[in-house]
Amino acid sequence: MNAPLDAILVGILLTGFLLLGSSRLVSCIRTVALQGMLLGFLTLAAAERDAVGRAAVLTVASTAVKGFVFPWLLVRVLRGAQVRREIEPLVGYGASLLVGLGVLGLSLWLGTRLPRPDPPLSTLLVPVALFTMLVGLVLIVTRRKALTQVLGYLVMENGIYAFGAGLVQEQPILVELGILLDVLVAVFVMGIAIFHINRQFDHIDTDRMAALRDWTR
Amino acid sequence: MTAPRFVPPLLALACGPGLVAIVARTKARMAGRVGPPLAQPYRDLVKLFRKGAVYGATTTWLFRAGPIVGFATAAVAAALVPFGGLAAPLAFPGDLLLLAYVLALGRFFAVLAALDTGSSFEGMGASREASLAVFTEPALVLALVALARLGGTLSLSAMLAGVGPAAWAAAAPALALLVAALLVVFLAENGRLPVDDPTTHLELTMIHEVMVLDHGGPDLALVGWGAAVRLWTFGALLVGLAVPVRTGDPWVDAAAALGGMVALGVLTGLVESSMARLRLRHVPQLLLGAAVLSVLALFLVLR
Amino acid sequence: MIAALLLPVVAAGVLAFFVRADALRRVLLVGAAGAHAAATAATWLAEPAPVWGGWLALDALGRLFLSITSALFLAAAAYAVGYLRREGEGARRDFEEGLLFDNAPEAAFTGCLLLFVAAMTLVTLAQRFGLLWVALEATTLASAPLIYFHRHHRSLEATWKYLLICSVGIALALLGNFFLGVAATTGRTTLPLLVPDLRAAGPMLHVPWLKTAFLLFLVGYGTKVGLAPLHTWLPDAHSEAPSVVSALLSGALLNCALLGVLRAEQVCAAAGLAPFGRELLVGFGLLSMAAAAVFIPGQTDYKRMLAYSSVEHMGIVAFGLGLGGVAATGALLHAVNHSLGKAMMFLVAGNILARYRSKATGDVRGLLRVLPASGVLWVAGFLAITGSPPFGPFLSELTILRAALDQGRIALAVGFVASLVVVFVGMATSVLGMAQGSAEGARGGREPWLGIAPAAALGAVVLGLGVWVPSTLWTALEAAARLVG
Repeated sequence: MNAPLDAILVGILLTGFLLLGSSRLVSCIRTVALQGMLLGFLTLAAAERDAVGRAAVLTVASTAVKGFVFPWLLVRVLRGAQVRREIEPLVGYGASLLVGLGVLGLSLWLGTRLPRPDPPLSTLLVPVALFTMLVGLVLIVTRRKALTQVLGYLVMENGIYAFGAGLVQEQPILVELGILLDVLVAVFVMGIAIFHINRQFDHIDTDRMAALRDWTR
Repeated sequence: MTAPRFVPPLLALACGPGLVAIVARTKARMAGRVGPPLAQPYRDLVKLFRKGAVYGATTTWLFRAGPIVGFATAAVAAALVPFGGLAAPLAFPGDLLLLAYVLALGRFFAVLAALDTGSSFEGMGASREASLAVFTEPALVLALVALARLGGTLSLSAMLAGVGPAAWAAAAPALALLVAALLVVFLAENGRLPVDDPTTHLELTMIHEVMVLDHGGPDLALVGWGAAVRLWTFGALLVGLAVPVRTGDPWVDAAAALGGMVALGVLTGLVESSMARLRLRHVPQLLLGAAVLSVLALFLVLR
Repeated sequence: MIAALLLPVVAAGVLAFFVRADALRRVLLVGAAGAHAAATAATWLAEPAPVWGGWLALDALGRLFLSITSALFLAAAAYAVGYLRREGEGARRDFEEGLLFDNAPEAAFTGCLLLFVAAMTLVTLAQRFGLLWVALEATTLASAPLIYFHRHHRSLEATWKYLLICSVGIALALLGNFFLGVAATTGRTTLPLLVPDLRAAGPMLHVPWLKTAFLLFLVGYGTKVGLAPLHTWLPDAHSEAPSVVSALLSGALLNCALLGVLRAEQVCAAAGLAPFGRELLVGFGLLSMAAAAVFIPGQTDYKRMLAYSSVEHMGIVAFGLGLGGVAATGALLHAVNHSLGKAMMFLVAGNILARYRSKATGDVRGLLRVLPASGVLWVAGFLAITGSPPFGPFLSELTILRAALDQGRIALAVGFVASLVVVFVGMATSVLGMAQGSAEGARGGREPWLGIAPAAALGAVVLGLGVWVPSTLWTALEAAARLVG
């Protein structure tokens, strides 16, 4: 069992739970940044001996973007929107933690169901990746603030990226950087959208943006 | 040799108040004061034993039984937990469940004694204490279950004896999570910040202190001594996990564990000095987080 | 030649942000559209060589969707010139709620439009799954500011839903990418995720991973296609966007997203999992048609009605592709017909909105009298997209229906026809009600020819395809259908 890899994976798991239980938005942004940096290290720890150079480049790029650029962008948006906390999510914080435990169990079960063609680097990798993805989905669905939904999207991307970093060794570096660039632009565009939402609505509660509907006109 | 078997509970009884003193001294030093001398809790106990007790007219035998049962259960708990390399006198498969139950029994009688006074303040403290127990129990029991699975045995002494450097090398993430979970449980069960402030004077912010408001004299001494023994017991459990010194020589291991206890006392003092009390609404979240850490450790150990 | 497809549009897109003069920018837009159309026409004459080690290549399927995109872009660019001249800068009053709002700067609109088309072109050219993903996500990001052209709260809400739901869907498709990578891994080596390479290695791919990957692609890219039940963003986004943008979104983007699903189906077919993929496509297709049939009758907003009609038609295309054989060819022909017809409808809807200042079907009356040319195109377009002869969609839907009956799947055919009938009746009440009646509540004035000509051209092609399908087109469609498996 690869000890540093396991420690990083447990760290990613813990950041997922921190996100589910935390209501302060600034600490959520920092937690997602930490998760992004842990993922960078995951790439390095999971790389094969001869692909370390490529993995190092990706680690530096993703750490720089996810660990520094994203939090900077999102904290600026947060300050512009003058919001501090997520108030009254659809599923309470304690319940979210319990949901997280359920999701973890589900991920562990799914991890055993998908047969791996060759021996894995760590039995924790697939469950942790699936768990992070599902936590992202839970955040998007149960939280009201638009910023938390963006964080949920980032967490989902992190989970998918963890999956790719650990399992698929041969994505060309250009594709990986392209994906990173896309996520960067996506966060940038979403940040601008939240800025406009705050200006238009005076809040960033997506639950209260419900003017477009079909039958009750 | 049977003599070393009784060392753990004897140490608990004798050094428990000392641990309380270390915590208080650390907090004082952090606040810029000199702090009370390390022998102060002992002097307080002696002073209280010499006093007489006053009992309210509304109380019954429950009120007198509360401190006695609390102290007795604390002593039994101290006899269940090993210290360093020294096995506990009461060691048998399943003793971890007895530990949880014995502590719960002590808490139950403390709650009853508080309700027995008929005063609303004690009742408020009792209800808070009971509701917090709902959250600490799962964290504690799940952590113990994870530990049992890791050690492959249901006896605390055997479990903790097996947590040496080899165990840490093999299962570091799980053990680290367990230490974190048990640290939160340690702070919660003993009424320390950030869960409960032991030095608060405001009754509305008290949880543990308000339950023992009406006790005086020997009863208060037993309450304080019982709390100190519980602090030591939990600390011994935590230090047994966190300090993986298992050289085989019982005295070396015990010395290392003593050092660990002092460090734990200092750490508790530091934590108490640097954090504010959590709002009562957020305490269940913290304890749920500790339970989640225990479950995580369990998952890691199970796969 | 592939460079000629991409580079002019990308360059024009970047330039448009910096050009100050409106007239010059509009010339840039139309010029880029013309260059794109010319390059696309050239690909029909001579097949372009793969570029960049096979990452970018144009096969029959890609060329078909590229041609649709190019034709729509040309029409949209021509319409956009008139539209932008009419809109201009400055605050204006909202039709529905009377609040004041602004428009986005025209430079941003033009630049994003060009980059949007460039991203769609990249989708049709991409042979590498990772690159396909990057391009589709880029289309989402480039089109979001376009939806938010009219800066009021409803379009902002639509933009937010569009951004979030489509990004989440496409993220699922990224997971599908990685699952595909695992499916293509034996030992420590992974095959490059190029469509031709994966198709060649067909039977060697690991089946459970490949199945899960296809499912993820279907759900992920299917969100962008607007397949029910993942279509919830579509009515809002397509109705709040300016009509030019809606035309491109409905006509071109949905097709490009479908291309992502089809590339995965190609790999599945090569691995012998064709029935698995096909059944899923049939299921989602019928579900989309049923969802549209539920929401179209009683729809009071005509742009929303057109959006739901897009859901229905994408369902028809998925259904036909799922049936396979002749139905697949018919489905691809239907994609062409639908794109042209829907774009025409949206452009005409833009004219109606500009004149009547209302998006409610109840407020529009006497269209044939107030805007004769638009009225005729409106009714003709309605007939086209509900599958009436002599328009193109009738032929393509008939092909699919006959294939369903030939395969003996009577229940599916009945569901197919039932949905079509319900949608026809639902749309007929709205459209005919709008077209007839006396002219009230409408301002006078001439119809701008730039608003009519592109739509009329598209309509003429749809009518032409209903009467006669050229043999070159039919062989191209068959070649594309064969590629899907």
